[in-house]
Amino acid sequence: MTGAASAGSPVDGLLATVTIGLSLVLALWSLVAAVRHRPPDLAQSIGLGLLEVALLALTVLALVAVAGGERAGEPGAFFGYLVTLVCLPPLAWVLARMEPTRWGSAIVCAVCLVVPVVVVRLQQTWEVVGG
Amino acid sequence: MVDPQPSRRAPDAKPTHATDAGPTHATDAGPTHATDAGPARATNAGPGRLLIAVYILFAIAATSRAGLQIATKFDEAPVAYLLSAVAALIYIVAAVGLARAGHTGRRVALACCSVELAGVVGVGVLSLVDAELFPDETVWSGFGSGYGYIPLVLPVLGLLWLWRTRTRTGSGTDAPIAA
Repeated sequence: MTGAASAGSPVDGLLATVTIGLSLVLALWSLVAAVRHRPPDLAQSIGLGLLEVALLALTVLALVAVAGGERAGEPGAFFGYLVTLVCLPPLAWVLARMEPTRWGSAIVCAVCLVVPVVVVRLQQTWEVVGG
Repeated sequence: MVDPQPSRRAPDAKPTHATDAGPTHATDAGPTHATDAGPARATNAGPGRLLIAVYILFAIAATSRAGLQIATKFDEAPVAYLLSAVAALIYIVAAVGLARAGHTGRRVALACCSVELAGVVGVGVLSLVDAELFPDETVWSGFGSGYGYIPLVLPVLGLLWLWRTRTRTGSGTDAPIAA
């Protein structure tokens, strides 16, 4: 029973690590595109899609854990971060579509740098118990 | 006018993307497109859009943080939490100002960026001098150190961007009033 739902945090496992990794790779990819004056390409769209899927899976894990009786250290902040997190890739996608220049790629890069930070904050708000 | 969409996009856009993004851009930016064509440089295109994206991110971050703090533990540090709320509001208004891009939007953005810069520097100094004043973190505490000092850099970039787009238009800043 070492699964994410029983012990420890549901948002601090392989999936969270993969999500952070994916986001950083996408950030790097977009940065290269921006430096090379490339507008957001199909790879960035697919990357944002994969990132969204990973974040939704993370959300499902968290909801399963909560349904199973576990509680986040700071529930309000935790769900605030969760909702924000799920909205980030679509936000990046929409803004990047509106800006089909190198700056669109830069937007994808910026958002993909924010995602890992929010994932880490998410983990902190789950774990913090005492304060 | 010297900066029509095609020339800005042509060198770096792949053919497929250009056709696919063309209509989207036109419809998406429908209302702003008109003001886009007015002054030579709009604040809501190119690097400006990246700036708006970062402002939106900070608006979300500051709004949710302030909302949560005010809703759950307002009595602990009312000054800090109200300040967070004010900062959140400024980020939202600045994002809207930059996105609207017209003469008014530009002024609104200018005011917001100035207040923001004054705020982040002022609160940063105050939180160093007298930590008692802000018992809990705000977006602007310690010059925005909790947010990677981006709150300090952001208004500077905003002002630089406003200044840059302004010089491109030259004396034509008042022209959009006629429209």
